[in-house]
Amino acid sequence: MPEAVVLEGVWKFYGDYAALRDVTLAVESGSCCALLGRNGAGKTTLLRILAGLSHIQRGQVRLMGESPRNEKARKQTGFLGHGIGVYEDLSACENLHFFARVAGVRDAKSMVSNWLDRVELGRVAAMPVRQFSRGMRQRLALARTFLHKPSVLLLDEPFTSLDDRAIAMLSELLLDARREGATIIFSTHQLREAFAIASHVALIENGRLRFTGERTPEMLEDPGLLYRRYMDSGAA
Amino acid sequence: MPGPDVTRMRTVQQALSIARKDLAIELRTKESLNAAGAFAVTILLLLSFVFDVTSEETRAIAGGLLWLVFAFAGALVFNRGFARELPNECLDVLLASPLSRASLLVGKAVANFAMLLVVEFVSLIVFGIFYDIRWWLHPAQLAGAFVLATWGIAIIGAVFGALTVNLRLRELMLPVIIYPLLIPLLIAAIEMTNLLFSAQPSQSDELLWARLLVVFDVVFTALALALADTILVN
Repeated sequence: MPEAVVLEGVWKFYGDYAALRDVTLAVESGSCCALLGRNGAGKTTLLRILAGLSHIQRGQVRLMGESPRNEKARKQTGFLGHGIGVYEDLSACENLHFFARVAGVRDAKSMVSNWLDRVELGRVAAMPVRQFSRGMRQRLALARTFLHKPSVLLLDEPFTSLDDRAIAMLSELLLDARREGATIIFSTHQLREAFAIASHVALIENGRLRFTGERTPEMLEDPGLLYRRYMDSGAA
Repeated sequence: MPGPDVTRMRTVQQALSIARKDLAIELRTKESLNAAGAFAVTILLLLSFVFDVTSEETRAIAGGLLWLVFAFAGALVFNRGFARELPNECLDVLLASPLSRASLLVGKAVANFAMLLVVEFVSLIVFGIFYDIRWWLHPAQLAGAFVLATWGIAIIGAVFGALTVNLRLRELMLPVIIYPLLIPLLIAAIEMTNLLFSAQPSQSDELLWARLLVVFDVVFTALALALADTILVN
């Protein structure tokens, strides 16, 4: 399988602080990589670099063979950051139509209505987002991220604010995206959900990659195993 | 690879999407229009009580008065332009999307332009009433002058709105940066407006200031498009 995402010897500094230290990671096309690690480990920084939102000081980053800032790479990327990236004063439907236009989605009308139904927001499509609950906002953000059928999905803690039903729905969306050939990289603290979906795992601690490899059945049985085995501070 | 025409067309479409979205939000919240409109009208009203001038003197200062008020009101509009993208990290999503940086800047400038024109029109009506100026004598030329000058202010406002969006003191920094740059444009706009408020404006003078406005617009629009990728680095 060709590699959809490649990081080679990446260093990222915030002032004197090294947020990422010599990170080398390759994610195969069509695989789903869970980025794990504690708060401040460097997961968000890594995802922002891949989305072309943050500069690196050393190393190389390639997304589908292109620099992440390149328009060609951005066309193929769906990014969900910590913020939900939708406008409070527009309705769910208007938000999706706007992002569909920006991404140049063909047949935007049916795509928008299809995604509103998939994230179960069809009933409230005309309601301004400011009236949505946190979970509803997160589901709208997911629809926005998936709307233009990106081949690389970069998701920063996508399970945040979702209830059990919505987590199951997101898991289903991610599995569907994988079946359609998308490459997924997501960060999370929810180990059980992560291991259930991921084909690969990358563990970061203090900006260093501690482990990278395939998700094994043992990880699924014992989600804390990876933290105990590879991290200096032990338990998850 | 899409050809240059297709790319240009897409840039225009994306810019219009940005402008349409900003105007839709503004029509709902009226944050910028209320602030800028109220500011412009209040200043014009206050100054009408402060100065006790003859109608001839009023005509001589009319252009300066109006364009200074528009420039200050504009800063209120431009401050909101990119700040609107900050909640929920919408700017990050736009920068990570296939949207070209040039489209984003031009889209913001188009929205600024439309909002500022509304503020200018309302101010002009108030100005006509309180200063006894017949501003409608040369409507086509006046509209042309306002369109040219307002676009120049709008594109500068969009560029520096983008540059200052992440500054803590952006409300203060934006006017401090843009006003010196706007001096040539404001001089041209003021002179042209004064000419058009007079009964028989000199066509050669009018043309001279119009040319300056066109040059200013072309230069700063071209610079904004060329430097968009550098300006909009997160």
